[in-house]
Amino acid sequence: MTATSDRDQLDALVARAHDNRVNLDFETEGMTLNIGPQHPATHGTLRIVARLDGEEVVSAEPVPGYMHRGYEKLTEVRSYPQINTLINRIDWLGSFANEVPFILAAEKLMGVEAPPRAQFIRTILFEMSRIANISLFIGDYGLQLGGMTAGFYAFRDREHVLNQIEAATGGRFHPNFDRIGGLKDDLPKGWIADTHAAMDKLLAFCDEMDALLMGNEIFQSRTRGIGVIPADIALSYGLSGANLRASGVDWDIRRDACPPGMAYDEVDWTVWTHPDGDCYGRTWVRLQETREAAKIVKQLLDKIPGGPVMAKVPRIIKVPEGEAYVETENPLGAMGYYVVSKGDLVPFRVKIRSASFNNISVLPWVARGAYVPDLVSILGSLYFILGDIDR
Amino acid sequence: MSPLSSADTTTDAPAEDDVEVEVEVDERRQAILDELTSRLGDGVVDSHIRPGDDLWVRVERPRWRDTGAELKAMGFAFFDFLSAIDWMPSPYGRDMDAQEDRVVAGEAPPDPAPVEQGYAGGDTRFQVIAHVIDVERSLGVHLKVDLLDDELSVDTWSDLYLGANWHEREAMEMFGITFLGHPNPVKLYLPHDFQGFPLRKDFPLLARRVRPWPGIVDVEPMPGSDSDDGEDE
Repeated sequence: MTATSDRDQLDALVARAHDNRVNLDFETEGMTLNIGPQHPATHGTLRIVARLDGEEVVSAEPVPGYMHRGYEKLTEVRSYPQINTLINRIDWLGSFANEVPFILAAEKLMGVEAPPRAQFIRTILFEMSRIANISLFIGDYGLQLGGMTAGFYAFRDREHVLNQIEAATGGRFHPNFDRIGGLKDDLPKGWIADTHAAMDKLLAFCDEMDALLMGNEIFQSRTRGIGVIPADIALSYGLSGANLRASGVDWDIRRDACPPGMAYDEVDWTVWTHPDGDCYGRTWVRLQETREAAKIVKQLLDKIPGGPVMAKVPRIIKVPEGEAYVETENPLGAMGYYVVSKGDLVPFRVKIRSASFNNISVLPWVARGAYVPDLVSILGSLYFILGDIDR
Repeated sequence: MSPLSSADTTTDAPAEDDVEVEVEVDERRQAILDELTSRLGDGVVDSHIRPGDDLWVRVERPRWRDTGAELKAMGFAFFDFLSAIDWMPSPYGRDMDAQEDRVVAGEAPPDPAPVEQGYAGGDTRFQVIAHVIDVERSLGVHLKVDLLDDELSVDTWSDLYLGANWHEREAMEMFGITFLGHPNPVKLYLPHDFQGFPLRKDFPLLARRVRPWPGIVDVEPMPGSDSDDGEDE
């Protein structure tokens, strides 16, 4: 440093101190806290860079990409049946539900419709993957907030659903069961009675959780009024599923915009909303959805028509030229595939619209001003699967 | 596992869907298109309606921001997704065989196929596509905009639709499109020093170049189709 006055030196020191974010006015020092990539609350490897002022979150920026697998690029070199295997791995807790919108988009382009029996079984498995997904959420969310018991109960009762999915499809997590024009196989003998019994157990599980978790005072004090998302913000961020309905928006793709190829118009169920938009509301809506899904499954099981489970489709699937977008109400929210076909064995472009991507992008907005322990409440209640963000 | 059976189910055929519904839905989409056209004037370049299913609108690039604002004013509050499409056919072949390896082996590369855009047409290689939904009417609109070949940029939607922020960051790193006025134009998924734009068609899928695809070896017969009755092409 050249010869300078004491005054200049002091100014330089102050400027450098400011740069180092050391506050000379004896205020608290800012701190950057890295949550993840490996953290039990992140359902995979999500990293969150949180800047804190004491206990208060100044900003929380998620950093996804640790599990990005490039599915949109891979779909351009794989045939439609092969893509089915890939997209199973997007939301790995509700795998069958990932297959359905893609298959429906391909069916739309091909002008194929699955036989009624296949549509019913498809809807049943779709709702069962919702139960498998959300029941784990309920238990895991309890676990994140310090209630171990809920986690054990959820893992215990989710087995009943997974066993039935395995009995029908052969895979507990990655069924790869949906096909363009129908399903891979028919149901095994005795499956319908077993599934009825499993659904009864699930309904009992929901009642148990209602009392054990939702009625718990600690759980309520950690979730009520925390992480409030108003309806207009939820819509603007494209939040979907229970996150949107917990903000009071009464919109469910199953009821309002159900794509052809599913059997939702055959059943009677309720779409639940919650006016509060907080963590408690989101959990409550999900719990009701699990109940409703079990009711849908039970109704459909009684109504399954006979007939084949596969329409006449060519052995080698070439999808005619065109574009189609199909969106369904998946366990995590709205999931859609924008498929562009040039008439080849492989799609020209597939844009995967996954629910968690939009759902978690609201985190910087909602975490601002929250406290550090609430960050886990908020993150857990938004409920994401990392594969669904990173694709 | 026990053999397949359908014995414990009924054989009632469900009622056929009413065909009349489609015409009605078509009118709803036409009304949206008319309203958008009246608001944007000649900003709407082209449109396509698939009755009872979907609506595509292509707008002029300088009006992209206005389009978002008008749609929001029309009640399309739900932001679904935003992405891009590279319409250039892949120089490596889009079939199952890795044609790239033939090029490496000294064979002539395949003739480039012509660029053909999809619904609502297009004039350029890159298009941005967005989908917004009106949850009251349960209707969605696909918006497309052509990007200039020598300047891949378009106005941001991230202050109109907050969710567009991440979608634009993804399109930015995957296609190399600049969103003018984006508040945080950094990479989302990729490492900050990543070179290239992976979802462009001329970006090779390196796994394929390292180990060529073995081709169609085992085609599993689909259930419901007869074994070899010439249904394959």
